[in-house]
Amino acid sequence: MRCAVAIVGAAETTELGKLPGISQIQLHADAALNAMKDCGLTLSDIDGIATAGESPTNLAHYLGIVPTWADGTSVGGCSFMLHVRHATAAIEAGLCETVLITHGESGRSRVGRGEFAGNRASLQGQFELPFGPIGPPTLFTMPVLRFMKEYDIRIEEVAMVAVVQREWAAMNPRASFRDPIDVDAVLNSKMIAYPFRKLMCCLVTDGGGALILTSAERAKDFPTRPVYVAGSGESIETPMVSQMEDFTSSRAFRVAGERAFASAGISHADVDHLMIYDAFAHLPLFGLEDLGFVGRGESAKFIGERNTAPGGKLPLNTNGGGLSYMHSGMYGMYALQESVRQLRGTAPAQVEGAKISFCLGVGGMFGASGAVVLSNEVL
Amino acid sequence: MPVSDRLLPIPTPETQHFWDGAREGELRLQRCCDCAHVYFPPRPFCPKCAHREVEVFRASGRAALYSYVINHRPAPGLKPPFAIAVVQLEEGPRMMTNIVDCEQTPEALILDMPLQVRFADQSEEIRLPVFGPCNTKEKE
Repeated sequence: MRCAVAIVGAAETTELGKLPGISQIQLHADAALNAMKDCGLTLSDIDGIATAGESPTNLAHYLGIVPTWADGTSVGGCSFMLHVRHATAAIEAGLCETVLITHGESGRSRVGRGEFAGNRASLQGQFELPFGPIGPPTLFTMPVLRFMKEYDIRIEEVAMVAVVQREWAAMNPRASFRDPIDVDAVLNSKMIAYPFRKLMCCLVTDGGGALILTSAERAKDFPTRPVYVAGSGESIETPMVSQMEDFTSSRAFRVAGERAFASAGISHADVDHLMIYDAFAHLPLFGLEDLGFVGRGESAKFIGERNTAPGGKLPLNTNGGGLSYMHSGMYGMYALQESVRQLRGTAPAQVEGAKISFCLGVGGMFGASGAVVLSNEVL
Repeated sequence: MPVSDRLLPIPTPETQHFWDGAREGELRLQRCCDCAHVYFPPRPFCPKCAHREVEVFRASGRAALYSYVINHRPAPGLKPPFAIAVVQLEEGPRMMTNIVDCEQTPEALILDMPLQVRFADQSEEIRLPVFGPCNTKEKE
């Protein structure tokens, strides 16, 4: 049922950025405690937990929670969108009443987290890693030259994504990078993996965030303005970017996005505010097209014409995004936090009168996707 | 033979035929005996129709450059800048690879350029399928 469940608590870690004095599990806890304070709950009020990056077992024990429902879905940075979707179903089904979803990641300082070790016997280990990819900058970017050739997109147009998002970040005191940049600055930044330069790649920071969900019925009793889950979608494509069906489009974006629109019963024109997980500058381009906000090959022009910039008709990534705000590794939680702030009316770069926010996440390298439609009114 | 510093694959029972083929200088793909779908990476069933009867065959080794990045950061066993590419095989599937016998520059690496497979020795067991321009001679 639409809007049967609401987000009543939402908070990020007290600090974001470079936090060498806090281990990863404590980032989860810091965010969780902030979210509970936000809505006036205590640990004993939580009966459902969901998390990724750390196991639900670690989280429940560390926080001292006795869950009757747990979800450890871990499909990359969009896991938290899937958690919102699963928690909504669980609360509606009566499996639990109050769900805590946490994210915490010592992405930069790497305190209290395991080291990356590729499984050399997995299909990715056998058929991608031997050829020298070093993490997301060399994998997530793989489809871009094909996309650019297919639709005759220039690199200056891809760089423009980073320029516009910096404009949003400039209005956000918590953003890591706030100084204005232009296309030349982006294209003169250090080459990472042609055609991607440093300012087209997300930053790497430490931080966390947490959400608390309960039934819409109970949500009325909380001090915070309820943000209702109006619809959602999820999907998975491939663990190997080389095996994407189409290098100009994400199947997971399309499937998750369509389901989210349909379950919310809304059209594109109803969306006041949009978040598209931007680990790299091309993701908003793929997202705008795969969600159907623009036609195939039209996204770069759409952004270049300032439709997604401050003052534009479709405000996008208003926190500055993974490119300028923060990116711990699993960024999806911060996209959800910004959607909630916008619908509560508390965002630093507030979209006036925003009622419906669409939040799209990606997991792995176009491997998975989760989409959530949030509203501050019962639809 | 000196062993490469690359992250080398560990074959599984389901992929052994591919790595055996590479060692023998053959690019091996699989084809469904029911629906004739040609697919990669290896699996002992058809990912399109779930049929369990599939055959291994030697691919032509002809491909076209589908997309790539040129990595500028350090990577084990490779000297930056080097291209990591995805090629479109003549038979249909795509695979990740490196491009050899070619400048690792945007000027030299042109999308859709024709390529031919060759095999790069990494250890006693592993030769990796890499691709080079069709007009250069294979270095054996």
